[in-house]
Amino acid sequence: MRATCWMGKTDVRVQQVPEPTIVNERDAIVRISSTAICGSDLHLYNGFVPTMQSGDIVGHEFMGEVVETGPAVQNLKAGDRVVVPFPIACGACAQCRRGLFSLCENTNPNAWMAEKLWGYSPAGIYGYSHLTGGYPGGQAEYARVPFADVNPLKIPAGMADEQALFLSDILPTGYMGAEMCNIQPGDTLAVWGCGPVGQFAIKSARLLGAEGVIAIDRFPYRLRIARERAGATETINYEEIDIYDALKDLTGGRGPDACIDAVGLEAHLPGALGAYGRIKQATGLESDRPHALREAIMACRNGGTVSIIGVYGGFIDKFPIGSLMNRSLTIKTGQCHVQRYMKPLLERIQKGEIDPSFVITHRLRLDEAARGYDMFLNKYDDCLKVVLTP
Amino acid sequence: MATRGVGSVVEMARRGEGDSDALLRRGNRGARSEQLAAGLGWFSIGLGVAELVAPHAVARAIGLKGRGVTPALTRLCGLREVASGAGILSERRPAAWVWSRVVGDVMDLALLAAGFAARGANRSRLAVATAAVAGVTVVDALCAQELAGPSRVSVQTTAEGTLRVRRRTTVNRPPDALYRFWRDFSNAPRFMQRVEAVQASGERRTHWRAKGPAGLAVEWDAELTEERPGELIAWRSLGDTPFRHSGIVRFEPAPAGRGTVVTVEMEYAPPGGAVTATAAKLIGYAPEQQLQEDLRRFKQIMETGLVVMAQSPAEPSRPLASGGA
Repeated sequence: MRATCWMGKTDVRVQQVPEPTIVNERDAIVRISSTAICGSDLHLYNGFVPTMQSGDIVGHEFMGEVVETGPAVQNLKAGDRVVVPFPIACGACAQCRRGLFSLCENTNPNAWMAEKLWGYSPAGIYGYSHLTGGYPGGQAEYARVPFADVNPLKIPAGMADEQALFLSDILPTGYMGAEMCNIQPGDTLAVWGCGPVGQFAIKSARLLGAEGVIAIDRFPYRLRIARERAGATETINYEEIDIYDALKDLTGGRGPDACIDAVGLEAHLPGALGAYGRIKQATGLESDRPHALREAIMACRNGGTVSIIGVYGGFIDKFPIGSLMNRSLTIKTGQCHVQRYMKPLLERIQKGEIDPSFVITHRLRLDEAARGYDMFLNKYDDCLKVVLTP
Repeated sequence: MATRGVGSVVEMARRGEGDSDALLRRGNRGARSEQLAAGLGWFSIGLGVAELVAPHAVARAIGLKGRGVTPALTRLCGLREVASGAGILSERRPAAWVWSRVVGDVMDLALLAAGFAARGANRSRLAVATAAVAGVTVVDALCAQELAGPSRVSVQTTAEGTLRVRRRTTVNRPPDALYRFWRDFSNAPRFMQRVEAVQASGERRTHWRAKGPAGLAVEWDAELTEERPGELIAWRSLGDTPFRHSGIVRFEPAPAGRGTVVTVEMEYAPPGGAVTATAAKLIGYAPEQQLQEDLRRFKQIMETGLVVMAQSPAEPSRPLASGGA
């Protein structure tokens, strides 16, 4: 079959690989009908996630049709259309029982690697380095889905792929980012990053009752989509306007009640400080560039919440702990516990409360994956989200 | 090696000393390295006093002429030795003083090297002295390194030279189910990576076959030494096997219905004793990590019914040689 393989830094290629097979009794094989490139795939692409090996199949946002099931999978049969959540959960360990599926204690066969870097290991993730298991990813024709009896969600007949696909990651991730803000009537949120996850965080914040949502980015087309499609009430282009100053003014001098970092480890910052950050990252003095996170903490109102859904991998420098501690801020974060949100969000889609397809700007064939990565990374042709069809 | 030490994990557990609290309180860093440090301390003082009192004789013994600046330099080295020795013997945590010996060793090696160039030197005596100092340098460095870190609950070297390894995991199942699975030793190859087969060879005896280091097959007989249904299983190897060991696994209910805490403690008597254990550590072999991985698979089987695998080991999903599509 054909699959998108990571061959090295900024080098992905569609290659011929063996088709996946049933390895365990709780596996299923899915023929992929739609798959997408995620912002976090760009961190792999740029070489910021350690333990990638040349030839690894990437992709963790995918859906398709079940073609084969292991003997222990009773709830699915060949022909079912499913969307697959990106963290792999066993459904039985203490964390899964708590609903913290991305922290499943059993699904990372390379847990020891994650323990060395992070202390304890989170769940396994498709196509996302050997640190999270080394599972072959879903930017391919077929994928093996472990624990298929507890992970995939069946899609109702008649629902288009483009409505369901983002239940695999970015819609629940954006939603969880907003939910972690514990939104109260009258609250104003600020969202750093208007990529697909940021767009869904903005949309979710409005659905959850935020009075105002201020969207922050540097690309006018992304800010326009945030305003026109996601429901942002204000937008700030940080290359033109000072964020702290503007947020303070827009919130009556208090600061946003909650701030969402939907940027993560490759944040941009104009000017000398931004260059300083890039030098530190390039020379290994810090693995992640936390410009957005620093700003989100400094800008948040006293006693407010900072919700981190942008991906971080390692270590940062100059973390404003004084601001955090002295002003009683709360930090909430995590890889999304997708399984917890898929059903309720599917219902919201069915009710028409949200049409997730608004983020799609490019539809390509799987064979064009390399072009998709390049476009998404370099924001050519106002690219916001690339969907691939095998 | 005497069988002393083997079986002591079981006894320790019976006395209640296997509890993590007791281990943590004791903070046992391996009595061996502390004994070694004390020995090095006395050695320092002995050598230092000799260098101070009889610098000419010491110089001649190592192949130098006892004239010129040599006696004065030897006395200075003696002062340094006495200071290091006194420091090691007076400190409760003498790692820094043992490191001072390492620094001194390097100075001595430099002086000996200079000695080779001196007129009238006895080269063969110098060579012997240099080899001796080099050997002591290695011992000093290993000892200092072992003393420097805090002790670990998960792996300890006992005074007898045995290795004591301990790991815990929490499994979301009741103790009885875990006990029953473990007690059926024929299940062991499913979660113990190195174990290939286990056969019952008597009422309380089993025969084990495993992959040893470098792929060598290791076999041994084991005897059940204690069992309390739902609570603990203890065993030890019998006879003369390279893998002489004893072990105990305990199953304790976690509070508030949070499953079962599984604690495994094993004590090994590696052939060659502490030297082999230290050598294994230097090449990165970590028995506590092996135990951790075995326990991880045990948890996977008990919670999910299977051992989790990222892909088929037989046919991994990698690009085929023929290349692009």
